[in-house]
Amino acid sequence: MLKVSGISAFYGRIQVLKNIGLEVAEGSIVTILGANGAGKTTTMKTISGLLKPQQGSIEFQGEEVKGLRPDQLLRKGIALVPEGRQILSGMTVLENLEMGAYHRKDNEIDRDIKAIMGRFPILEERQKQLGGTLSGGQQQMLAIARAILSKPKLLLLDEPSMGLAPLVVADIFKIIKEINEAGTTVLLVEQNARQALRISDYGYVLETGKIVAEGSAHELLNDPRIMEAYLGRKSS
Amino acid sequence: MLIEQLINGITLGSIYAIVALGFTLVFGVLGIINMAHGEIFMFGAFIGVVVTATFKGPLWLAFLAAILVTAAMGYMLERFALRPLRSKQGVSHLAPLISTIGVSILLENLSHHLFGPGNHPFRASFAEISFQIGSITVYLVQIVIFIISVLLMYALSFWLGKTKAGKALRATAENLETASLLGVDVKRTITMTVIIASAMGGIAGILVGMAFNSVTPQMGLSIGLKGLAIIILGGMGNVKGAMAGGLILGLAETFVVVYGNSGYKDAIAFVAIIVILLIRPQGLFGQKISA
Ligand SMILES: Nc1ncnc2c1ncn2[C@@H]1O[C@H](COP(=O)(O)OP(=O)(O)OP(=O)(O)O)[C@@H](O)[C@H]1O
Ligand SMILES: [Mg+2]
Repeated sequence: MLKVSGISAFYGRIQVLKNIGLEVAEGSIVTILGANGAGKTTTMKTISGLLKPQQGSIEFQGEEVKGLRPDQLLRKGIALVPEGRQILSGMTVLENLEMGAYHRKDNEIDRDIKAIMGRFPILEERQKQLGGTLSGGQQQMLAIARAILSKPKLLLLDEPSMGLAPLVVADIFKIIKEINEAGTTVLLVEQNARQALRISDYGYVLETGKIVAEGSAHELLNDPRIMEAYLGRKSS
Repeated sequence: MLIEQLINGITLGSIYAIVALGFTLVFGVLGIINMAHGEIFMFGAFIGVVVTATFKGPLWLAFLAAILVTAAMGYMLERFALRPLRSKQGVSHLAPLISTIGVSILLENLSHHLFGPGNHPFRASFAEISFQIGSITVYLVQIVIFIISVLLMYALSFWLGKTKAGKALRATAENLETASLLGVDVKRTITMTVIIASAMGGIAGILVGMAFNSVTPQMGLSIGLKGLAIIILGGMGNVKGAMAGGLILGLAETFVVVYGNSGYKDAIAFVAIIVILLIRPQGLFGQKISA
């Protein structure tokens, strides 16, 4: 579904991504692992159109999409939940959800918002509250719910578990699995490697802007080298 | 007497509010002070003079023409003075501000050239219609100004709070990247914002022309500075703050003239800035564009 090849990206003169290549098969969950500063967010920004790569190609459903703006890519079916959630803090929870469906022209938006609120009761309860007043975990739910309302084919999630309590993290991973089972392909960036790989089909390891390892989630979970470097503990 | 002054103050204040709203919208979305806003306002006033005094046209035509001309000026401002600076890397964040100052000088000189210096009266007959309610004299112009201002403020609030385009504008004002990830064409939203703000400036220009029956090429600068004072007073980028700040300034100026010394009228705005910056630097209302 998504095929990234030979991508190089720069911030000013500093090269942050070096010849990145990765693929995401339709219907799968793929995880990108890597230490702080490895270039994970930069990869997500490049795929979602926030950053223009210098070289390489990005193919989505067989079509070259490199150089398109984020709003154009959203219309093609790529949505990003950015690092740090980026809730519109001066708009209400309901307005945040409505903005998720901003580009849609069908008349099922209200129904879908109701359905999402059924799935996330806290959002229904807080719908009139400003987005900025939600807790971190609630904001992450809102960010994910908002992205779902855009009906993406490919959902990019940049560290959705960052800064959340273990119980909430488990909830987030459960939700990601659900979204995937409902038919959305997922590309996930995570530091929480073990939990991410458990719901994934495939994984890549990024190190200072380069892909240094890849494999099925099962292989990565059982590779002692990777376990030690990125998962902290030995595999159990 | 008191009520008449109150009416005068509200009339002036509602015009100020509309000028300040133009500043606030652009500041909210682009984060810059548009120093050309006062001159666009002045052009709106001159279009009013040309239509009503020179061509003896009706007032509605003056409004229509002023809206069209100032909207076009807003488009050109964004297209040629602001956008080229945004797409380049390494441009100082002061560049757009300086660019708008350049445009303001250009427009002031252009109006000297087109309309000539000095005072241009509005069509006088309309300005003199008045009613007597008890012992109070109310001018029709004042009522018209007040009604137009309230309608405009109401329409803007409704648009920002309830429509899709208005919400997209607020999202863009809060965070360009997030808005664009949500599918908002931010370039178009920015252009639309500058156009709407400019057209509001044009409308305010006509209202001032009607209220004071005098239009000069220099009027842009002083109203521009007052608009700036109001958004500092009300909180940069805050819509309700701009409305409230405008009314406060209009009333304060009116009462200083009546009960104090008219020589201090124009100083009020700037004294207010100093006091506000010292006591409440985020403005009376703080906060970015909200409904
Ligand atoms: N706007 C920027 N300007 C300059 N350098 C940047 C910018 N954003 C990121 N970088 C640099 O690019 C490199 C990759 O950053 P990136 O944010 O992609 O890392 P990451 O893998 O997402 O890290 P983290 O796990 O901390 O989120 C880092 O060395 C970072 O310092
Ligand atoms: Mg990151």
